[in-house]
Amino acid sequence: MTAFPDPASPDRKAVTASVRLRHEAGLHARPAVKLTKLAKKFSAKVSVAMLPDGPWIDAKSIVKVMATKTPHDALLHFRAEGEDAEAAVLALVALVERDFPDAG
Amino acid sequence: MPAEALRLRGHAAAPGLAAGPLIRLRDKPTAARSASSPETERAALLRAMEQAASDLARLLDAQTSEAAAILEFQLALLEDADLTSAAFAEIDAGAPADHAWRHALDAQSADYASAEDGYFRARSADLVDLRDRVLRALSGDAGVDLRLPAGAILVADDLPPSRFLEIDWRRSVGVALIFGSASSHVAMLARARGVPMVVGLGDIPAVDGTLALLDAERGEIEIAPSAARLAEWRERTAALTARREEEQRHLAGPAITASGRRIHTMINIQGLIDLESDASAHADGVGLVRTEFLFQQQGALPDEAVQYRVYREILDWAGARPVTIRTLDAGGDKPIPGVTIDGEANPFLGVRGLRLSLRRRGLFKTQLRALARAGSSGHLKVMLPMVTTPAELREARGLLDEVLAELASEGLPARRPALGIMVEVPAAALAIDRFDADFYSIGSNDLVQYLTACDRGNGELVALADPLNPAVLELIERTVAHGRRMGVPVSLCGDMAADPRCVPALLDCGLEELSVAPPALGLLKAAITRHG
Repeated sequence: MTAFPDPASPDRKAVTASVRLRHEAGLHARPAVKLTKLAKKFSAKVSVAMLPDGPWIDAKSIVKVMATKTPHDALLHFRAEGEDAEAAVLALVALVERDFPDAG
Repeated sequence: MPAEALRLRGHAAAPGLAAGPLIRLRDKPTAARSASSPETERAALLRAMEQAASDLARLLDAQTSEAAAILEFQLALLEDADLTSAAFAEIDAGAPADHAWRHALDAQSADYASAEDGYFRARSADLVDLRDRVLRALSGDAGVDLRLPAGAILVADDLPPSRFLEIDWRRSVGVALIFGSASSHVAMLARARGVPMVVGLGDIPAVDGTLALLDAERGEIEIAPSAARLAEWRERTAALTARREEEQRHLAGPAITASGRRIHTMINIQGLIDLESDASAHADGVGLVRTEFLFQQQGALPDEAVQYRVYREILDWAGARPVTIRTLDAGGDKPIPGVTIDGEANPFLGVRGLRLSLRRRGLFKTQLRALARAGSSGHLKVMLPMVTTPAELREARGLLDEVLAELASEGLPARRPALGIMVEVPAAALAIDRFDADFYSIGSNDLVQYLTACDRGNGELVALADPLNPAVLELIERTVAHGRRMGVPVSLCGDMAADPRCVPALLDCGLEELSVAPPALGLLKAAITRHG
């Protein structure tokens, strides 16, 4: 999965990508905590959605991410805007693709 | 005499003996704050949140796996402005800090409580736990452990996991819960930590400081005991302590008899938390996973995904060591609402174990699918409980074949696990040569019960329900001998392996693999080492 500039808003350097949530139990506390922690490492505004058109929620907020109660096998959409947007989206996609490994 | 001697009965949730003064853990209904200026209230809430965060971070350092997941989640919530902004907004509107915080957290907790998914519903307890931690910090309560006298038995209605984790268990000796359950998270934590715990005692009518004897072997508490009882107790404790010390010495090493036989010593687990017990690291593998714990959670039965995740976690923990997972053994003394059959005249001789699974095929196939998928890496063995005839084994194997074919056609990675049987029905033990299984595991509890025709829960029959009855030993010996002839591994999981009186006899029967609950692993290794 590669991240690419969002054609809808090329000037704002928004980057989007989507990835299938393979984590068996869905977006539970542990993967959700990992996801928000990783998102917070980037200065870009990072959002996540369950549908390609949103609603977009703040991927840095554990409250909001857990509130989605996302089940196993959902397609997660990421969007980032800002300087390190591409790196943020790539990192988040990799985290989900690798099924939330323990940070080394 | 400060109080009249009194004995209360509950349920043992974590084994051990403890004597000491009773101290009730009171969550003082924190005196409601009256709002001062919003600035002061903001500052007070911030300070309380910081204290809660630093307490959680400190606790987190000492945890592994499941306990850590609870704390990490609470810590992440605390750092999330989306949770806290509602509280600060209320403060700005004139509310006192405690009221604002309670309100914000209750709203979140209600959202989880209404979730469809049982997992998310259960998270509402984490929100309440976090709410109370910050409220305690707000009221200047520095945490319970600081005020507890050394050597006390703690009394509480129930105990949230994070509260349990913050208590210094080198200072406190045991827990007596008025409510609570032996299958709760906190009970599993207590077992993993070796803290004696008795639950479900009902009202404990004693003032703080009253001496009590907590018997978490039998699930009792004795309040204000007589001098004679105290003397008896001291002897019992001394014997137990001496035994524990010996066990501790043997725990880390391999189990080798004096004549040089290497015995594989495994653990029986009934939840992921059992893997966190100090003893578990010194096991040669997991000899029995009681999957009933997955089916006893509130709400829906576990789906394939939930089961897969748990089985995977156990296999990951074990690495190259073998893990034997027993398919659902419901019925008998383990009813599961909506699954087992109510109103059987004699549930121990009723539709239980594999008999039930073969009647609940959907449920059984879901479990077999999760197992076959989880077993695609690691060393998984699957064990069928309460097998009576070879036809039942063949039927179960047929279902496993079906499941493997389905998974292959769906393109899901899976692997055929070794499929073995529990030897616990006398008819199976007597005709063991008819069972073409990949391994045999002797379930000594039921085997003894069925062979001696003694209900193991009936105190009147303890002497008759003797596991050392020659009939029991002969069947074990025959099973081992048959396994050896055919190259089929034979193990034993059951209370006999955790009974130092029985271990020598089991070794003499030729068994080379024994499995016990994690707290009994040291005892088992010590008994093996003593044997010639």
